[in-house]
Amino acid sequence: MVIRLAKSEKELREIANKLRLDVIEMTSEAGSGHPGGSLSSADLMAVLYFRVMNHRPSDPSWDGRDRFILSKGHVAPILYASLAESGYFPVDELKTLRKINSRLQGHPVRGKVPGVEMSTGSLGQGLSMACGFALAAKMDSKKHRVYCLVGDGELQSGMNWEAAMFASQYKLSNLVVFVDRNRLQISGCTDDVMSIEPLERKWESFGWRVITIDGHNIGQIINACKWAKRARTRPTVVIMNTIKGKGVSFMENNAVFHGKSCNEEETVCAENELEEAMRFCR
Amino acid sequence: MSQMLAQRDYYGKALRALASREDIVVLDADLAGSTKTSEFQKVCPERFVEVGIAEQNMIGVSSGLAAEGKTVFASTFGVFATGRCWEQIRLGAAYPKLNIKIVATHCGISVGEDGATHQALEDISLMRSLPNMTVLSPADAYETYAATMAIAEYDGPVYMRMGRSPVPVISKEGEKFTIGEAKVLLEGKDVSLFGTGQMVSNCIEAAEELRKEGVSAEVINVSTIKPLDRETVLASVSRTGCAVTAEEHSIIGGLGSAVSELISEELPSPVQRIGTMDMFGESGSPAELFVKYGLTSGDIAEAARRAIKRKR
Ligand SMILES: Cc1ncc(C[n+]2csc(CCOP(=O)(O)OP(=O)(O)O)c2C)c(N)n1
Ligand SMILES: [Mg+2]
Repeated sequence: MVIRLAKSEKELREIANKLRLDVIEMTSEAGSGHPGGSLSSADLMAVLYFRVMNHRPSDPSWDGRDRFILSKGHVAPILYASLAESGYFPVDELKTLRKINSRLQGHPVRGKVPGVEMSTGSLGQGLSMACGFALAAKMDSKKHRVYCLVGDGELQSGMNWEAAMFASQYKLSNLVVFVDRNRLQISGCTDDVMSIEPLERKWESFGWRVITIDGHNIGQIINACKWAKRARTRPTVVIMNTIKGKGVSFMENNAVFHGKSCNEEETVCAENELEEAMRFCR
Repeated sequence: MSQMLAQRDYYGKALRALASREDIVVLDADLAGSTKTSEFQKVCPERFVEVGIAEQNMIGVSSGLAAEGKTVFASTFGVFATGRCWEQIRLGAAYPKLNIKIVATHCGISVGEDGATHQALEDISLMRSLPNMTVLSPADAYETYAATMAIAEYDGPVYMRMGRSPVPVISKEGEKFTIGEAKVLLEGKDVSLFGTGQMVSNCIEAAEELRKEGVSAEVINVSTIKPLDRETVLASVSRTGCAVTAEEHSIIGGLGSAVSELISEELPSPVQRIGTMDMFGESGSPAELFVKYGLTSGDIAEAARRAIKRKR
C-alpha cells in the first residue's frame, strides 16, 4: 500500500513512528546499522517525505522534484524507510538491508535505489554536494528546493564550513540544511569530543538564515520549512534540537545505539513501545 | 581451524604497552573505540588527542606534533585515513619525512555490512605512491603487535593497514618484526604465493589444496609492501618460475602491482593477481564477499594453476 502524501500533523506523528518501527526492524534483521541517529531524524523525514517535499515516488527522476541529500549517510535506514513508505519501492525490501546483493547498502548509493540522489557515508561532504544541486537549479532557473540533513558531530568536518561560505556567496536561497542536534556522536557528547558551539552564531556569521526548533515537534518542523520557503537571497539552516534514539526509552540519549542494532529482547521492547506510540497517535 | 584474533585489538594492546614512552602521542577522529586507540586513551589520557570528525585536521596537527619531536600515531578507518587526508599526508608527513604513523583499521572488503563507502580497497596504492612512505600490512594479530612496536622505533612516516574482523593466527606471539623483510612461510618449487594481510592465511590454505594435487607452492608473507623485499621476492620467483599475489585490495596499485613491477623488470615470469577487480565493494558478510569478489583460497589455488600453465 502506498501512503497518500500531504498528511495532517496527527498523521505525520504516526508516520514518524512507523518509520522508526521500520528502522528497528530492518537494523535488527541486518544485525548491524545505525538506529540512534535514524530515530532522531524520523520526525523530520516524515514531514519532508509526507508533507513538505514535492516529489513523485512513481517517477523518481521527475525533474521538478525537490532534492534530498542525506549527508549523514550512516542513517541510511531512515532514508530507506521514508522512500519505501512513500512508495519508491516495496516496504518488504527493507528486510534486505546490508545483505549481499541488496540494493539497500549500508550507506546510500546513488543510482542503486530510486530516490537516493547522492552516495554518502563519508561524513562532511553532503553539504557541498547539496550546494552543487542548488547551484544547478539556480543556473537553470528551476524552482525546486534542495534539502540536506547533516549530523552535529559531522559539522566538525571543515568541508561543511567551506560549503557554508559557498552557499552564501552564491545566494543559494533554494538550499535548506537541517542539523540533527542530538548532541551525541560515536565517542560521546559532541561538546566533549569537539565543541561546535556557538552553533547559531557560526551559521549567522557565514551569512545564513538560522532558526532553532524542537526537532520532534511536527508543527515546528512544518513551520520552519514554511519559513525556509520565504528565503530570497540567503540559504536557510534549521537547527533541530533532538534526542538520539528518540521514541524508544532505552535507546534515548544512549550513545551505544549509535552503531549497534537491538538484540532480540530489545527489538521486542522497542517494537512494543513504537506500536503503542502509533496507536496513541490515532 | 586456527585461532581467530582481531588485529586492531593487538594494535590497541601494543599502544598500551608503548604508553610509558613519553614521546608518543596518539590521535583519533571519533573512532577510538573501533580503532582501539581507546586502549592508549585509558592508560594515558594526557597524550591521547581526540580531534572529532576532522581527519584532515588530525593529520595537520600530527605534522606539527612530529616536527616538535613527538612520535605520532594517528588512527581512523582506512578510507578516511588515506583518501580524505592524502594530500595532507603528502605535504605534512611524507615530504618532510616526519615521524608520523598512520595506522588504519577497517581496510579491505571484510569490513562487510557497512559497504563500499567504508571498504578501503585503494589505500595501499595511495600510500605506496608517496615518496618516503613505508607501507605495512601485517598478516595477523601477533604480527600487528610486533609491527606496531617496530614502527614506534623507526623514525619516519609509516602507513600500516589492518582489517576490522578477527583473522586466523599464523605467526607466533613474540616473533620479531623487521620492516622491509618478507618471510618465506612455506617452501615450494612450482609457484610463489605472495600474500599480504589476512590473505596470507588464504595463501597457506591454497598451498595445502595445491599440495594434494602434487603442486608445491611457496608461501611468502609480504607484510612490508614498501620498501618491497626485492631479494626475497626475486629469489623465490627464480626458484619457482611464476607467482601469484593475493591482497584484500584492488589489483591496481597494491601488492600485485609492486610485485609485477619488480618481476617484469628483473625476472620476467608469469604473475597472476588476486584482489578486487577495479570495482567497488558492497554490503554483505565478509565470507560472502570473499566468495563474490574472488578472494578465497580456492581462487588463489586456481590462479596458481593458471600461472604454472603459463610457464615456458
Ligand atoms: C569522514 C568520516 N569519518 C568518520 C566516520 C565514522 N562515523 C560514522 S557516524 C559517526 C558519528 C556521527 O555523529 P553525528 O554526525 O552527530 O551523527 P548522528 O548523531 O546523527 O548519528 C562517525 C564518526 C565517517 N562515516 N566519515
Ligand atoms: Mg549527533
